[in-house]
Amino acid sequence: MSEISFSFDDKDYKGQHGEPMAAALLRSGLLSITNSTYHGRPRGIVGLGVEEPNALVQLVSGTMESMLPATIIEVAEGLAARSLTGIGALPRDPEEARYDKTNRYVDTLVIGAGLAGFTAAAEHLREGREVLLIDDQPGPGGHLRHLGQELPAALQDVLAHENLTYLCRCTATGLYDQNYVVAIERRSDHLGSSAPATRSRIRVWHIRAEQIVLAPGAFQRPLIFANNDRPGIMLSHAAATYVAVHGVRIFTRAVIMTIDNQGYRDALRLHHAGVQVEAIYDVRSGAGGDSVDAAREAGIPIRFRAAVLDTIANVAGTLQTVVIQDIDRNETFQTDADLLAISGGWTPIVDLATHIGIKPIWSAEHAAFLVSHATDKLRTAGMLAGDFGADDDPSVFFGPELNPEQASHAYIDLQRDTTLHDLRRAVGAGLNSIEHIKRYTTIGTAHDQGKTSGMLTIGAICQLNGVAQDGKPGLSPADVGTLSFRPPYVPVPFAALAGRERGPLSDPIRITPLHQWHVEAGAVFEGVGQWKRPWYFPKPGESMDEAVRRECAAARQGAAVMDASTLGKIDIKGPDAGIFLDRIYTNIFSTLPEGQCRYGLMCKADGMVFDDGVTTRLGKNHFLMTTTTGGAARVLAWLEEWLQTEWPGLKVYCTSVTEHISTIALVGPKSRQLLRELVTDIDLSKEAFPFMHSRSATIDGLPVRIARISFSGELAFEINIDWGHALHIWKRLWTLGHPYNLTAYGTETMHVLRAEKGYVIIGQDTDGTQTPYDLNMSWIVSRKKEFIGKRSFQLPYLKATGRQQLVGLLPENGEEVIPEGAYITLIGAQPNEQGKTSHIGFVTSSYYSPELGRAFALALVADGLERMREVVAVPIGKKIIRATICDAVFIDKENIRRD
Amino acid sequence: MLYIPCPHCGPRNETEFHYGAEAGVAYSDTNALTDTEWAKYLHIRANPKGWLAERWVHFAGCGRWFNLWRNTITHEIGPAYLPFTTQPKSPGIIGKEGSNL
Repeated sequence: MSEISFSFDDKDYKGQHGEPMAAALLRSGLLSITNSTYHGRPRGIVGLGVEEPNALVQLVSGTMESMLPATIIEVAEGLAARSLTGIGALPRDPEEARYDKTNRYVDTLVIGAGLAGFTAAAEHLREGREVLLIDDQPGPGGHLRHLGQELPAALQDVLAHENLTYLCRCTATGLYDQNYVVAIERRSDHLGSSAPATRSRIRVWHIRAEQIVLAPGAFQRPLIFANNDRPGIMLSHAAATYVAVHGVRIFTRAVIMTIDNQGYRDALRLHHAGVQVEAIYDVRSGAGGDSVDAAREAGIPIRFRAAVLDTIANVAGTLQTVVIQDIDRNETFQTDADLLAISGGWTPIVDLATHIGIKPIWSAEHAAFLVSHATDKLRTAGMLAGDFGADDDPSVFFGPELNPEQASHAYIDLQRDTTLHDLRRAVGAGLNSIEHIKRYTTIGTAHDQGKTSGMLTIGAICQLNGVAQDGKPGLSPADVGTLSFRPPYVPVPFAALAGRERGPLSDPIRITPLHQWHVEAGAVFEGVGQWKRPWYFPKPGESMDEAVRRECAAARQGAAVMDASTLGKIDIKGPDAGIFLDRIYTNIFSTLPEGQCRYGLMCKADGMVFDDGVTTRLGKNHFLMTTTTGGAARVLAWLEEWLQTEWPGLKVYCTSVTEHISTIALVGPKSRQLLRELVTDIDLSKEAFPFMHSRSATIDGLPVRIARISFSGELAFEINIDWGHALHIWKRLWTLGHPYNLTAYGTETMHVLRAEKGYVIIGQDTDGTQTPYDLNMSWIVSRKKEFIGKRSFQLPYLKATGRQQLVGLLPENGEEVIPEGAYITLIGAQPNEQGKTSHIGFVTSSYYSPELGRAFALALVADGLERMREVVAVPIGKKIIRATICDAVFIDKENIRRD
Repeated sequence: MLYIPCPHCGPRNETEFHYGAEAGVAYSDTNALTDTEWAKYLHIRANPKGWLAERWVHFAGCGRWFNLWRNTITHEIGPAYLPFTTQPKSPGIIGKEGSNL
């Protein structure tokens, strides 16, 4: 131990390196740490660990993390913190500390490194098992640490065992199905300014264990009486530990209030440390055992059938006088004290067990809810299992009878400032379920999640109905039941959960082989799934609008080129490939001749369009399917699902080749002329190489596959080439294209071009509720064969009128681009009583078309195909845009330009 | 986080799998079905409290579909089996002591 200095609320304090900040503050005489959140009452340190409801602080050194209990912060040189009134603030600056995560599979996970946990770990090690032992304290021993004692020598050997991993400062935050535990390990805060910069601050452990031993121990609980929240009123075990172990010397006169023998043990510790113990008030009518005898021998006055009723503060707002009630005589008397140490019984930490649905069982003998669970996967040990290991004999007592005035200052949840009065009001309002009362009063919903207040709430509900005890009728905590706890057991910083997956690492980024060229060409990118695609290529000073108009014009009038490498590509091989594709697509593929391409649409079994794309037959038993950029993975999964689970007899093999084959789309009336300069070994004329045909060729000796596919309606060639050679081809094309004013275009221009032709984008012009008929694509639905979804087209609701159908939309003002997603109503539609106007559809795609010289849109409109030339309204806020419904194909309805 | 025994790869975390709902709902000759029967195929699943044979795919692993008994209340995992093989018996009806978490 070495002395260090730290700051709290801008004042300097001395402390022993590694001791709890709460101990150092108390030793300096700081009783009042903060004011309560809602009532503004002075509050001090109550507990020893994560159960602390009052002393929440914000770090102002290091990470600026807030809402940390001063009871768990270990002081180190350079530490700075300030008090909070219950509500923390997030730092403005990005978090700079490192966080990481790790996975661990072990034979046995022991949670809690107290006596019970160590004993269990020793047993499992003896059986030859690998053990992971985790505990939230800075060192082993659990309660023994609070007593300033070491582990028994026999158990100390456990720490050195080669099959043991012991993690201190590691809190299990959640227990999940099949023995899965998430734990957070705090690794650097305790080192203060000497922490290595490269060390992760918190490590998140994902642990899967064959067996788990839960030995989390217990919290001591307070009692409900009037003004039970004053600084100077503490849990007895905490007070005794701060005094006896941490050398806190600020208390001169202590009063003990107890329901069990723990109060006596703590009284003795205070007594031996030199604190004048005025009296032990014990609610029971008598008590026996070593600790009681020892207290008598020490001359500590003991008074049975007495309970603290109220307290009185001095001018500083801290404890001055304790008001005690003689329960049998119903008299009160007063004692001056600067420490009131409460032993209200133990509350075993049932949280983790309840995470997986185990119900704690009330034990009147222990005055506690216990979890005695012992399967071959999970068992409980120590106090959680009822092994209190002491001569306790507690009374089931939560506080004395209080009048309404007293009840309004009798706190149940110190963080929420909720009182017995609030709880009575909730019960008075007719709430009787603990879960309802929790939500009505907010008890247990604060940062500490009811660690001290939960059991008091249950007790108070019992008291309102009379506590059942010793044959006396009434309500027992067993009747009330416990609150359900959910992970996390303690607050977990989001930064820890994010780990290193932040910023550019938050999600994988997929780029094409031409990406660097796009970057250098000044492309603006858009995210399409994980892909980065050029959105448009602005020239210096050009707006997006200007760039897109220029790119569109080049594609329609000259030559333009686009990187289409992100298209999903699935290689499909096997003797049954054609039959399989017939079942997948709505149209026929088995009859497609080799070297030809066909556009296909696939539906889910419910008849709704799911994906589309062009599939090319490369050989008798070999197809290359393309999918939408975002749909590649789900289409492959879809194909595999049917092959594996319905048609295992089909000999078909699907392989994702998206990142094997790069695709360059060369588009425009001059594209053939340009391509002839690059490809000389095949005839590119329209007679020799018709639309929707695919040819093998070579460019600079590299094998390529060229297809006459057009997603713009213009003459176009798709050059498919090995991913690694794509940049070479692209650069060659670019050099040769100079005289043609070859223009690179991005996804925005692609969208405009395809929308002008009425080509849908699945997922933009559809939302999973459109059939091919709704998209006015009945031509693609084969009547000659079966395919997935076909049966659904016979269902009455898909044949009924009123379905939303894809149409074109021309705004009356040709300069006005309607926002995508805008609702469409009938002209003159009026809001109903709720102020809502019924719509008949919505805009799915909307652009300005340089070719048309006006704005246009695609839309899904109820019975839209029957509404041609109808004028409809598109309300945008207070404004109404009038637009005319038209066919979805805006240019070249005769398909002349593609040749 | 369930721990799911992939028949090909062994037990793996749930995040490696995709769920495929109730197993054994066969896709048959769709034209032989009435509208009601077809709608039932599309939309109606058993969804019991207790043991259910489910389809799962080891999406981030071997990519294979398989079936698995799982208890929808306790999340206990029962035996896994391959499609088109004999279904193992249900691990049982969930009782008060049936939980083996």
